[in-house]
Amino acid sequence: MLVDSQKVGDLAENLAKMDEVKGRSLWGDALRRFKQNKAAMVSLIILTLVILFSLTGQFLTPWSNEEIDWNIMGNVAEMGKPSFETGHYFGADDLGRDLYARVVQGSRISLMVGVVGALIAVIVGTLYGAVAGYVGGRTDQIMMRIVDILMSIPYMFVLILLLVVFGRSVVMLFVGIGLISWLDMSRIVRGQTLTIKNKEFVEAAQAMGVPGFKIIMKHIVPNLLGVVAVYATLLVPGMILTESFISFLGLGVQEPSTSWGALISEGAGTIQYGTPWQLWFPLAFFVVSLFCFFFIGDGLRDALDPKDR
Amino acid sequence: MLNYVIKRIAIAIPTLLILIVISFVLMHAAPGGPFNSEKPLPPQVLANIEAKYGLDQPLWKQMVNYVVGLVTEFDMGPSFKYKDRSVNEIIAQGFPITITYGVLSFIVAVTVGVSLGAIAAIRQNTWIDYLAVGISIGAQVLPNFVMAPLLVLTFTLWLGWLPGGGWNGGQWQYLIMPVIALSTSYMASIARITRSSMLEVLNTNYIRTATAKGLPAKTIFFRHALKPAMLPVISYLGPAFVGMITGSVVIDMYFSTGGMGQFFVNSALTRDYSVMMGITILIGLLTIMFNLVVDLLYAWIDPKIRY
Repeated sequence: MLVDSQKVGDLAENLAKMDEVKGRSLWGDALRRFKQNKAAMVSLIILTLVILFSLTGQFLTPWSNEEIDWNIMGNVAEMGKPSFETGHYFGADDLGRDLYARVVQGSRISLMVGVVGALIAVIVGTLYGAVAGYVGGRTDQIMMRIVDILMSIPYMFVLILLLVVFGRSVVMLFVGIGLISWLDMSRIVRGQTLTIKNKEFVEAAQAMGVPGFKIIMKHIVPNLLGVVAVYATLLVPGMILTESFISFLGLGVQEPSTSWGALISEGAGTIQYGTPWQLWFPLAFFVVSLFCFFFIGDGLRDALDPKDR
Repeated sequence: MLNYVIKRIAIAIPTLLILIVISFVLMHAAPGGPFNSEKPLPPQVLANIEAKYGLDQPLWKQMVNYVVGLVTEFDMGPSFKYKDRSVNEIIAQGFPITITYGVLSFIVAVTVGVSLGAIAAIRQNTWIDYLAVGISIGAQVLPNFVMAPLLVLTFTLWLGWLPGGGWNGGQWQYLIMPVIALSTSYMASIARITRSSMLEVLNTNYIRTATAKGLPAKTIFFRHALKPAMLPVISYLGPAFVGMITGSVVIDMYFSTGGMGQFFVNSALTRDYSVMMGITILIGLLTIMFNLVVDLLYAWIDPKIRY
């Protein structure tokens, strides 16, 4: 059979012209899958808006979070309603402070506690779990037994004890929440490490004499990032919940600083005085943001979980 | 089995000791003792008071005394703030209340959660499933401190059906809102877990075999599917228990039910360390015991587990 020389020539030319085939990386695939998840994408947009609001919302109002509007103080239920004329977009709280400015400030603290707490948990938990899993043997057993023991301690009570003893401050909140939140993470990471450490590339590294800690940092931790990313996004709302819980009890951030939990607490304490907006606005921010975090976490899990392919 | 129980208890004891040590050290690391007040006491008086409570002894000795007192007669020492009451008396007052609505909430969360999840799984992709999934997604962002004010707003201020707080000897009107507020988010989690594990079980081969044999749906569900599907739920019961007991603090504060949580927060605000510590240790003890029961239950249901 004669080969159509024209066609072969075309083919050769095409091949020569063709750019290098674009590979599909794991992260590229994950990103594509994540983009297809509508709930997660919408959540991402809303959450970005909330974060922008917490960072720049302060510039849109003349009031600060601690200033008292003396004109309406004492008659907040009547004159402190949410309105654009008075400049109190979300109304005023029972002391006459601008609720909008307070929500901006509270969002900032809550989001910060969530992210920093999750970050501490990720760093400590990943390292701890990776070391325990990689070293194995008796070290692993002792390290995981410690985690077991710490897990069965009612941490919220210890955390409150910690806050009372060392004084309530945002830094102490970070430390306290970070201290207790890495336990789950370390378990998950250890489990993953156990499967990774028997792969060929780790064996190869060992054979070349790479020191143990370097193997953990260079070869094992990067391969854990997918799992870690998913649980980190699910940790953030957990941290926010913890902080809000403590602030609701009045044991968290101190005045004039505030947070979603503290604002909800104030709103909940004053509903019978006819200022329901004091509950609705913080509550809406709290609920919507948590929803977004959960949806993004679920979306990430679906995108990064190889089981579901 | 007996070996397993003994081993578990052997782990529980050091856990409790660690908890005691942590709280003890924290308590004594605090700047300013419990008797520092606005009006400083004369040093002689302060020394006498501290001697009375044993605070002048070295830390390790105080700790040993505390542990001995705790083990031999379950004595948690005197309250630092209420001169006439011991920690035991304070706990004895609050504990029954906490346990009453706590156990009720736990039962509600488990029964409603499991039924909701199971119904959703059996009727997958029908409106009932969507409703159940919707409820459980919505409820997970409604923790107790969000539910409590919403419930009061609805049932007390708008509808006027229920009292907004108080205990009144545990009358049912006073129990409804605390129980709903405490159980909602856990009910949601249990429903989600039940649904997904039930779906997994219903898709297994042995369930298909049972269906092919012509067994009635009821038998398949109760005899074959329910037990294995419960395993993930049971392992969630431990965290749920801890969460609820922690949540009881919010319930006590918001509804003024007079349980342990109220004493805990009050003692946190007044720095009454001995009460804080007593409550923390009691709750640690409860948690550890509950986890033990859950693990035994798990081992009993899952034949794959060897002790």
